[in-house]
Amino acid sequence: METGLSVRHLIGIKDLSVDDIRLILSTAVRFKEQINQPMKRVPSLRDLTIANAFFENSTRTRLSFELAEKRLSADIVNFSSSSSSVSKGETLLDTINNLIAMKVEMIVMRHPYPGSAYFLSKNVNAQIINAGDGTHEHPTQALLDAFSMMDRTKRDVSEMKIAIIGDIMHSRVALSNIFLLKKLGAEVMVCGPATLIPKHIESLGVIVEHSVEKALEWCDVANVLRIQLERQEAGYFPSLREYALAFGINKTRLNKLTKPITIMHPGPINRGVEINSDVADSEHSIILEQVENGVAIRMAVLYLLAGRM
Amino acid sequence: MPEHNTILSGKKFSITLDRLCYQLIENHGKFINSAIIGLQPRGIYLAQALQQRLNTILAPIKVPYGELDTTFHRDDFRTHKGPLIPSSQKMELVVENKNIIFVDDVLYTGRSIRAGMDALLDFGRPASVELLVLVDRIYSRQLPIEPNYIGLQVDTRASQKVKVNWKAAGEEDSVWLMTE
Repeated sequence: METGLSVRHLIGIKDLSVDDIRLILSTAVRFKEQINQPMKRVPSLRDLTIANAFFENSTRTRLSFELAEKRLSADIVNFSSSSSSVSKGETLLDTINNLIAMKVEMIVMRHPYPGSAYFLSKNVNAQIINAGDGTHEHPTQALLDAFSMMDRTKRDVSEMKIAIIGDIMHSRVALSNIFLLKKLGAEVMVCGPATLIPKHIESLGVIVEHSVEKALEWCDVANVLRIQLERQEAGYFPSLREYALAFGINKTRLNKLTKPITIMHPGPINRGVEINSDVADSEHSIILEQVENGVAIRMAVLYLLAGRM
Repeated sequence: MPEHNTILSGKKFSITLDRLCYQLIENHGKFINSAIIGLQPRGIYLAQALQQRLNTILAPIKVPYGELDTTFHRDDFRTHKGPLIPSSQKMELVVENKNIIFVDDVLYTGRSIRAGMDALLDFGRPASVELLVLVDRIYSRQLPIEPNYIGLQVDTRASQKVKVNWKAAGEEDSVWLMTE
């Protein structure tokens, strides 16, 4: 018999097996075809109600999940903390239990606190999909990143060298990417100022590099991360200008390389800081492909998890 | 493994496919405005076999051909025991105003064909849709769906299964009636 996902919730890449990851990626191929057809909607989840609970700002991820849910014909409710009773002091558990009382069966949650998705999965009776929990994980981003790399280069992740460049310390995208890429057998390097690279990150099997030139020369794909000023309490580097000079990805740096590399960025972009417009808008950049593939990946995740109900 | 009786194989199997091809040619001529679509997962082997034969008979005409996956339109997604993993799809033809011939190996309850028709409409509005099956399990329909072209009709019990084996799938061309 066909086998599905080994998990009931999607909390992080860490909990997924290699087979789970491959299944999500291959299912997303079909969904990408589907959303490029004249009729994009399929009826698979028509009897399912999904809540998008966003306790932290988001444009791409929320819209991407919302579109994925609509294209699978699910009923959806959207919820954001700023316009709700959370601002009156209601707890997370009470808020979510109220949603479940209204017969919501699946919850897509983004929350500023690491571990909140895991906490929810242990305490409420609904399927939980983590859409980013603080600095912990952002599993669907890592899945769509891997999908986009393979889609563009037509090579398997296991044959690739990927450099993750920027604010590694505060990035849930970096952690999920490292887990996923290492599970699939890729070589991974992290690059950034020493203050923004967590201690002992080598124990995850990644190479640490502080020279952006060397990192770019080494890799096939560079995943450039945003400087997360909202999560930085201390001054990790002297100024944004200095960061851009030392670590910003620009055309001059790319022109010096011996081979062309693929450039990715999970968005939102700080143009002129971690990446320059001449790179972000160049033919080597797959930033908008990542956004397109995000819908297909999220459709695959929702579809496969719904099959586990 | 359950017991099985071979109900079609060898020369008879081949003659049946030829007969189906000529029946199609009778109605669709040179396939100017017609296309064959195999339903995933098992209907594509029959569709490929028919297309090959038709291309030989009608040479140099190439019969338009597609493979359709019906997984996302099935009505048992939440009640099915295991997960429904989608198959690949090959739909590089224009469906709008075409005469479409759906091809599947076995027709049983009719539910796959219903899902297939919904999946097909995602690509446009065909002029007509016909159904060709190699094996028709008569008296088993749960929906008002009947085939236009039939390779073989069999009266079966619900506990039995019909399996069509294909050389292209590494088996020997044959139809089995399997009893638990």
